[in-house]
Amino acid sequence: MEHYMMNLTLKVWRQKNTSDSGRFETYPVKNISSEMSFLEMIDVLNEELISEGKDPIAFDHDCREGICGACSMYINGRPHGPWHANTTCQLHMRAYKDGDTVVIEPWRANSFPVIKDLVVDRSAFDRIIQAGGYISVNTGNAVDANAIAINKDNADAAFAAAACIGCGACVAACKNSSALLFVSAKVSHLALLPQGNPERKTRAMNMVAQMDKEGFGACTNTGACEAVCPKEISIENIARLNREYMMAGAASDK
Amino acid sequence: MGSTVVIRIAEIGLFLGIFLHIIQGLMLEFQNRSKRKKGYAVPMGNKGSKWYSRSMGLLGTILLLFFILHWWHFWVPARFIGHPELTELEINGVHMHNMYNLMQYTFQELWVVIAYVVACISLCWHLIHGFQSAFRTVGVSNAKYNSLIQNVGIGYSIIISLAFAMMPVSMYLGWV
Amino acid sequence: MLDSKIPAGKLEEKWVDYKGHCKLVNPANKRKLEIIIVGTGLAGASAAAALGELGYKVKAFCFQDSPRRAHSIAAQGGINAAKNYQNDGDSVFRLFYDTVKGGDYRAREANVHRLAEVSVNIIDQCVAQGVPFAREYGGLLNNRSFGGTQVKRTFYAAGQTGQQLLIGAYQALERQVALGNVTMYSRHEMLDVVMVEGKARGIIARNLVNGELERHFGHAVLLCTGGYGNVFYLSTNAMGSNVTAAWKAHKKGATFANPCFTQIHPTCIPVSGDHQSKLTLMSESLRNDGRIWVPKQKGDKRKANDIPEEERDYYLERRYPAFGNLVPRDVASRAAKERCDAGYGVGTTGQAVYLDFKFNLINKYGKTEAGKLGIENPDIETLMRLGKEVVKEEYGNLFDMYEKITGENPYEVPMRIYPAVHYTMGGLWVDYELMTNVKGLYCLGEANFSDHGANRLGASALMQGLADGYFVIPYTIGNYLADEIATKPIPLTHEAFEQTEKAVADRINTLMNIKGKQTVESFHKRLGKIMWEKCGMARNAQGLQEAISEIQALKKEFWSDVRIPGTINEMNPELDKAGRVADFIELGELMCKDALNRNESCGGHFREESQTAEGEAERKDDEFAYVAAWEYAGESNWNLHKEQLNFEVAKPTQRSYK
Repeated sequence: MEHYMMNLTLKVWRQKNTSDSGRFETYPVKNISSEMSFLEMIDVLNEELISEGKDPIAFDHDCREGICGACSMYINGRPHGPWHANTTCQLHMRAYKDGDTVVIEPWRANSFPVIKDLVVDRSAFDRIIQAGGYISVNTGNAVDANAIAINKDNADAAFAAAACIGCGACVAACKNSSALLFVSAKVSHLALLPQGNPERKTRAMNMVAQMDKEGFGACTNTGACEAVCPKEISIENIARLNREYMMAGAASDK
Repeated sequence: MGSTVVIRIAEIGLFLGIFLHIIQGLMLEFQNRSKRKKGYAVPMGNKGSKWYSRSMGLLGTILLLFFILHWWHFWVPARFIGHPELTELEINGVHMHNMYNLMQYTFQELWVVIAYVVACISLCWHLIHGFQSAFRTVGVSNAKYNSLIQNVGIGYSIIISLAFAMMPVSMYLGWV
Repeated sequence: MLDSKIPAGKLEEKWVDYKGHCKLVNPANKRKLEIIIVGTGLAGASAAAALGELGYKVKAFCFQDSPRRAHSIAAQGGINAAKNYQNDGDSVFRLFYDTVKGGDYRAREANVHRLAEVSVNIIDQCVAQGVPFAREYGGLLNNRSFGGTQVKRTFYAAGQTGQQLLIGAYQALERQVALGNVTMYSRHEMLDVVMVEGKARGIIARNLVNGELERHFGHAVLLCTGGYGNVFYLSTNAMGSNVTAAWKAHKKGATFANPCFTQIHPTCIPVSGDHQSKLTLMSESLRNDGRIWVPKQKGDKRKANDIPEEERDYYLERRYPAFGNLVPRDVASRAAKERCDAGYGVGTTGQAVYLDFKFNLINKYGKTEAGKLGIENPDIETLMRLGKEVVKEEYGNLFDMYEKITGENPYEVPMRIYPAVHYTMGGLWVDYELMTNVKGLYCLGEANFSDHGANRLGASALMQGLADGYFVIPYTIGNYLADEIATKPIPLTHEAFEQTEKAVADRINTLMNIKGKQTVESFHKRLGKIMWEKCGMARNAQGLQEAISEIQALKKEFWSDVRIPGTINEMNPELDKAGRVADFIELGELMCKDALNRNESCGGHFREESQTAEGEAERKDDEFAYVAAWEYAGESNWNLHKEQLNFEVAKPTQRSYK
């Protein structure tokens, strides 16, 4: 792969803390190699900012291999940048050319308040899981792993839903700031497995209730979530959740 | 048509449905909009969703305005205040309003025809998203039938809207 | 000083016996006992969940924004278990034996046997939690072979096994949070252990959002904080992975065992330039289907596909005809380094070798598929196309990842790979109960030293993390806490808390007040370079001695010239990083010291002075069959304690892959 160097103009959202109103700052970055990752480009800028005595840009990141779900930048109008099925940390600079302007914003949703610069608080997702995103089985109670055979298609579909990394790009992309793709991925993962069956109804009801309580919007099936999901979680999961939710509601005696 | 009781009952149901849909739709739109108080500087635009999927509130509002116009043109005269062009007719001994006459009259005005056509175009987009979205919302989704639902939805939306639009257009152009 | 507390009796009865005789805590008393768990990877999350289920009051801490993001999530290949579902002769004993042998006879037999025993329970537990392991069409679990073992005992979920296991443990943890048994503190970093009367009784943690220091009491403290591979700056670890918690414990008296035992993984995407911030692993399973080669001609600048077959040196197949491309990780890594150092490396940096799938695409998969389809005399294009389809199903996500990073399509051109630091077998010394030599301070998972000896086998890290958390600590901690039921929670105003917090605050203030010129990152890079060059894949006495003095000089420079922007009481990632790098610098020195002391080659530790005439690693069992546990004794000063290793069942032999 031929590589090249580029100069870019970055417009980055800077916000000191949750109560600060925030603003965009413009930074020129020079001599960026097309082989760098996007976050390495930010690293270069940060090193310069520190040397100049300025505050570096705060952003969430950890594994830098697309699996932990920490990175969360809204780049030129798209969560995780221009590439399909990709996280910010796996975006590489050959996606850009010399002279480009790149605007970087944090995830925007009331339920994801900005902590600093591009760092947002996604603890709402943990609380949604707490509302029922698990199978209630204590350690040591399990029967032999092969005691229950599971249809391979269901197991594969459960895995595809369980591949969610909880990054929140679905919320960031949704015009309604809905977290339904995230919720439906977990509900689907567990509903598709026999082990998840006993708690199926309460799980769907409680997780949706918690999602509403956290202040996420309602789904209107625009499909933006699916389009930006780094793990290609299908919007079919939302339909499955709706089905689970209605069945649970209809069958509920409470 | 208003002479049978079935139509009257259906009319009530239709009105209830429409008002419920309008109220719920607008509430949903406003609630959803309030979930992102601070928006993006660079909008996402069409990167991931269709403009009409995101514009159900706008399309619905155009349709609501159209309904008001439409009721004012036909429903209100027929049911309440009458209209000089709304003459009485008698066919096989049954008395009724001559709605055809009123339509002929109403659709002489070009702006009315344009308004009706704009509304029908809005309806078409509204239905294209609404049809398949409704299936998802009630949990009907299956890899096997999804493209069927999608295509039937598009076909249905176009045919219904086109048929509605043909009424003012053909009357204005004197085809009927 | 070091009592490993290995139960008496036959190897296979030790754990059963222990469980039958260890002390228990009754449920009413459990509610009065508080446990602090630092780190929420597989070990930490599973321990928090299991102990919460038992009724203990647990406080769990992680530096990430959610416990689900711990770096266990990045493990690709799988998890071993002695289920013998494949009827291919596997057993608890074989898993035990393979692990001890794979660790080059530097692990404790009793611990490893226990690990093999509970491995079967882990799979049961994970399936019950809803972990979607790969299945056969009949609905039963599938296995793959991994890391050159002769049996298929690896359970997996595509290339994302670690993710699925961690999500399972995370969900169990969040369930306990919902039930009120666990309190979760995310975006918190542990900065010291609080000792009261010789026992660990709490921690000082820093809230990374507002920078405030917090005091937390616990009747026991569990460190589940992972490995220290980031001491090399570039590694496959996450950016935040650090040694700080373990290092603070070390400075409070916990001995650090075998710090020089690091695993260099042979198949990683090579460094592309100075900007490189981390390295990405390509699963070991790729070596099942790829052939590794370099050009026969030094400095050959032709494109890979332009180099004809007869001018390629398949050096692993040449040197190790019996195992070929499937030699263990340490052997494959050193062989790659040898070729590159000799000037045969490829790519712009010359620090890479080719991993080529074309041969197997055509011959292994292509021909099989063509046979299935009944295509006679298929041409190369057809074979390639058919082979690609199969490989896509097996490793599609890895190939995509490679293409995203390098921009090259590995179906068309060979992958460029180079070894990278991946795992650290060393860690805090623990006894059979996973307690460090500090009373009440436990260490689980990669952070401890116990199970992998000098080299870890593939698909064993996940196994150990979950074994420690789900199935070992719930028993062993009871044995300690049973004697603590009368201990009332120590008030946070106790002088031990005051003093420890003050020391932590002083250190932070000192760091902030240096106001020097060089960035934290630049120091970390320099440390990494020293470590990689002199304490990396091959080590010698001279290099190690140089490294020690270079690190000491670097430390001095760091503490007089580091520049940390911002203030203390705000979110300040540079300050967080500065504390971690300061600890890495100290650890680096100890690693070199340990490597210098261990004048033998074993597992991932290769001393150039200790090799056979053919250049293979030479282990010296009569001199070095011990765990080197280092006690901190002031700045740049450590005392060595040796725990002799006795092999009663798995008798040491020299590994050979010829």
